Order: sequence, then structure tokens, then C-alpha cells
Amino acid sequence: MTDKTAGGDVRLTGISKHYGSFTAVHPLDLTIPQGSFFALLGASGCGKTTTLRMIAGLEEPSTGTVRLGEQEVTHLPPYKRPVNTVFQSYALFPHMDIFENIAFGLRRRGIKSVKKQVDEMIELVQLGEHARKKPHQLSGGQQQRVAVARALINHPQVLLLDEPLGALDLKLRRQMQLELKRIQTEVGITFVHVTHDQEEAMTMADTVAVMNGGRVEQLGAPADLYENPRTTFVANFLGTSNLIEAAVESAGDQVVVSAAGTTLRLPGARCSTTPRTGGKLLVGVRPEKLSLVPADEEHTIAAGRNKVTGRITASSFIGVSTQFVVDSPVCAELEVYVQNIERDARLTPGTEVVLHWNPEHTFGLDAAQDIDAGTETVEEGA
Amino acid sequence: MTATAAPPAPAPEAEPPVHKPSVRKRLVPYWLLLPGILWLLVFFVLPMAYQASTSVQTGSLEEGFQVTWHFQTYWDAFTEYYPQFLRSLLYAGTATVLCLLLGYPLAYLIAFRAGRWRNLLLILVIAPFFTSFLIRTLAWKTILADSGPVVEALNTLHVLDVTSWLGMTEGERVLATPLAVVCGLTYNFLPFMILPLYTSLERIDTRLHEAAGDLYATPATTFRKVTFPLSMPGVVSGTLLTFIPASGDYVNAELLGSTDTRMIGNVIQSQYLRILDYPTAAALSFILMAIVLIMVTIYIRRAGTEDLV
Repeated sequence: MTDKTAGGDVRLTGISKHYGSFTAVHPLDLTIPQGSFFALLGASGCGKTTTLRMIAGLEEPSTGTVRLGEQEVTHLPPYKRPVNTVFQSYALFPHMDIFENIAFGLRRRGIKSVKKQVDEMIELVQLGEHARKKPHQLSGGQQQRVAVARALINHPQVLLLDEPLGALDLKLRRQMQLELKRIQTEVGITFVHVTHDQEEAMTMADTVAVMNGGRVEQLGAPADLYENPRTTFVANFLGTSNLIEAAVESAGDQVVVSAAGTTLRLPGARCSTTPRTGGKLLVGVRPEKLSLVPADEEHTIAAGRNKVTGRITASSFIGVSTQFVVDSPVCAELEVYVQNIERDARLTPGTEVVLHWNPEHTFGLDAAQDIDAGTETVEEGA
Repeated sequence: MTATAAPPAPAPEAEPPVHKPSVRKRLVPYWLLLPGILWLLVFFVLPMAYQASTSVQTGSLEEGFQVTWHFQTYWDAFTEYYPQFLRSLLYAGTATVLCLLLGYPLAYLIAFRAGRWRNLLLILVIAPFFTSFLIRTLAWKTILADSGPVVEALNTLHVLDVTSWLGMTEGERVLATPLAVVCGLTYNFLPFMILPLYTSLERIDTRLHEAAGDLYATPATTFRKVTFPLSMPGVVSGTLLTFIPASGDYVNAELLGSTDTRMIGNVIQSQYLRILDYPTAAALSFILMAIVLIMVTIYIRRAGTEDLV
């Protein structure tokens, strides 16, 4: 069943899915390299689960093809595909004990002596003493591990995970994320993970595809997506971004823009669109890149940094950091995260401050987009 | 619950208002149970006791009946009427199997494939109940009438040759044969099979079907290993709801059968209402009850429903 030779990539070519007049997934090309941990990230209804189900064979694409390595599987029923799924609700068979649940796939493929393999798998997911229990006797986290074991024991070419951690509480979720990552590294199987939790996607995956409205907005390594978002949706959905609408004064290697009388600089290479002098640009910077000083200490700021003046309107103490909201002429709600190394007691709401950051940390986006895309949808479908 | 430093003095003051309603509260469930208990007492326990005493009486209508602990009646009744007992179990068993074979696909369809037609189909399943049991059974008399369209068709298709060979019909007629009685029973008890089946099928998470398919099970295997085992509670309650009343039924055999198809229900009915031999009738009732109870117990043990969720 397993094809471990090179070229075991999952290749989706032009696949789309329509339900009547509703388009769940727009024609999509995606290559998932063999052995990678790939995450499909997006809010509910963005088409990520539909894409996963098309790979699993649970949904037939309206157009396009699905290939696993050299084999075209577009019209193969799920039971003939070398892929297995970990379902969102686990979908464990309630009438079978844990052992039989895990042995199910092996038995269906006509393997007679399953005991050794199943026992090994039960050990791998640390459920040794629960082998003869029924699923409803286990906790959520244990059920989740049974679901992973039940799929993994078949050594699928690709393991599909449909929000597998959605039902777990935060702490258990963090633990399972590391666990899954460990298992993936150990077995070397391609994992395709669907999630709406951007932190989860970034912690676990090598490659993240951010989906929105049935399309892939951007695809890349987590750090790359975070540092260089190419759309406002990605900038807002992955973490938080401060986006400032600005007019381009001069383009080139160094782009100079002005917003509400403030001049800002950014590298031309970090613009996802080609800035034109006289045109508009959305200038973005992540909250943790910003530094904050009281207005009367402006002279301490090194030359060449981007500076914005403003007034603190809110501050919240998070523990490792303090989050400030700053009202400035360029943007009404600039967010700033300051590490709590030495807390400056003067930084209280109402204080006039100057924000400053390295121009290298600034990115530029096409101003024709909705500046708020991706801000409201983060926790939806949790 | 937790140890506190509160002084003990206020406790007795606080206790009475808490204590009083709790006694009344504890009695509430019993008050609510009372109508049900009374009902069972008057309409189930008392008649049962009365029947039990009747079954060990001797005497005649003219001289009156007396309790003489004459258990011989049981043995006599059983040895005289065991063919009717066997026939009852055979007919009820056949009808139950037919109900299961007809009802399962229908319940499956309603539960998984009917979509927005689901409620309409369910109403259609129980629609026959809007007409009286008797009228419906009489209608079957017309349907199966000699040289009626159904019999003609069965004849042309040589189905009756097969059923005759099986001993279920005689010659070119269906009415007054075992086939007619079994058909009547099947028809009348079908909804009692479909509804529990539907309830247990409907509860099955369709994602389990997807999971089975994902784990290399063909649709047929998925049915065998996942759907059917999970529908066992419905199968068990459906077969019981069909078999138990069918084995004691006498209307179908009375209206659609002949003297050769008399079931134990018909015997009990005639003992009570025509021959007026009350002890025998009561003894027969108890024997039937015992047989059904034993069979049901073995069946439930075998089916192992307590293992299911």
C-alpha cells in the first residue's frame, strides 16, 4: 500500500467544488511534498475541510484531479485510497473496544495476525491499559489518540487531520500538538492538517496554506507567512498587524510614504505590490516590532527609524508582555506589544508617546484590498 | 461541604426551613408514580392474580368454579393444543422475519437517504393506524380473494406452485391458507418493526460510515461491521414488538385463515367465549406467556444488547 519512493507528493490540479450555485472551493492547484507537515488554515467555511475531504475521497471534486504520487485517485472511492483520516469528532466505532477500533483498517485489508501491530500502536499512543475499553470510557484526549492510532496503523501515504484538536481544552491541545509533531517526525508520513487555529498551524506545520473564501491566499513556511504577508487577510489572520494607509512619495529600493504628515520608510523588496509614486500603499508592521517611549524622550530614538506619535488609550498586562493600544494620527488603533523586561511606570493610558521601529520590519501591501479582512473571523468555528 | 470556621450556633436555626421541604420533596416522586402504580395494580396485577386462580380451579358454569389447585389442567391443555402453540410460534416467527426483511431497508432509507421526505415517509408508515385493525385485516380478505387480481398474478407467475410446495398454500387460493395469515400478521405488525429500527438507525453518526470507508471497508462491509451492529437495539426491540403480539394474535387467523390455521390465540378465545372452559383458557394463557418469556430472555441474552451504547 505504501509508496515510500520519491514522488509521493499529493498533487491537486485545478480542483474545485460546487454545491449548486455555491462554490466551496475555487479551482485550486496545490502540491504537498511527501513527508511534509502541511496545514490548511482558514476560518470556517473557507473551503479547507472540503479540500481535505476531496483528498480523502469523501467528496468528489466538481473539476480537476487529485494525484497521490503517480496514481490518479480523483474518482477512487475512499476505501481504495492509500490515505487515512483523523476525523474532527474522532468517529470512533462505539460498539468496538480500542483494540478493535485500531485493528479495523488492518482487518479490512485481510491481515490476519494484527495483535503485534495493534499492541505496538497502542503503546505508541500510550494507551496500554485501555485496550479493552470502549471509546465512551475514555477522555477526549485519549479518544483523540485512538483516532490517530487507528489511522496511522495503516501506514497511509498521507494522513489527513480534520481539526483533530478542536474538541480539546487549551492545555491538552498544546500537548497533543507536540505529540502529533513528534509522531509525524517519527513515522515520516505526509500529514495534511486542517485547522482554524493560526497558532496551531504555525507550531506544527512546515508549510501553511492560508485559505479564504475558497481560495488559497498565500502559501509558505510559517515564519515567512508571518513576516511577509502578501494580503491584508493573511496579515490580519495570522497574528495581528498594524496597517496604515499611506501615499507613496518615492518608490525604488527604499520606498518613502507619508501618512497624515508622518514620513515612513520601508524596503521596496518587502512590498507585495509595485509601489508607484503618487499611488497608495498599505504599510504594515507587527505589534511586537514596535518600541514605545514617552513623548519627552523622543531624542533618545536612534536616527533612521520610523517614528509615529500618539497617545495610549488602553493597556493590558498579559504577563510576558503588556499590550498597548495607541491612538495616532496615522491609525486610530495601533497595537504595541512590549516585553515586560523593565516596565516603565509612566506608560499609562493618556500618556503621549512616540512609537518607533526599524524600517526593515515594515511590509507593504496593495491598498486596493479591504484593510480589515481576516480580523473578525479568527475564533469562528472554534 | 468544606470545613469552615463558622460557629455551630446558627446551624440549628438554619436547619428547620431546609429540612421540612426536603421531606415533602422526597415524597413528590411517589405521588407522581401513584397513578401509574394504581393503573398497573388494577389492570395488570389483579387480572393476573385472578387468571392464575382461575387456571387452578375446577368445576362447571352451572355448579360454579372452585380453587382446587388442579395443576393437571396445564398439562392437559398443553398436550391437547401443542400443535396450535407450535403453529403460533411458527407463524409469528415467519412474520417477524418477513417484517425485518421488509422493514430494515425501508427504515434505512428513511434514516439515511430520505432527506426532506423523511417526515412524510414516517407519517406514511404509521398512516394505517388511522384505520381500525379489524377493517384493515378485512381489507386483506378482499385483496387476497379467490380469483382476485393478486391471486391471478401469483398464479400466472407460478408463485403459488412454490408456496404450495412449501405447504403455505393449497391449490389456487391464498385465502384460508397459512400464507394469508402470515401476510396479515406481517402487514399488521410492520410499523412496529420499522419505527424502532428507524430510531436506532437514525441515531448512528454518518461520520462512522465515512470513517469505515476511509479505513478500507467497502459499503457492504461497512454495513456488516458498523451499521448493522449499531442498529441491534432497534432489531431487538422491533422483533420483540412484532413477535410477542403476533404470537398471541387471533384476528388474522380468524379472518384470513381456516380451521387448519388456528393459532393459540384462537383457541384461548374460543375456550373463553364459546366453550366457557375458563380454567383451560387461563392455563393456556399462562403457558403462552411462559413460552414467550423464556424465548425472549434467551433471545436478549444472545443478542447481547446490554453491550451496546
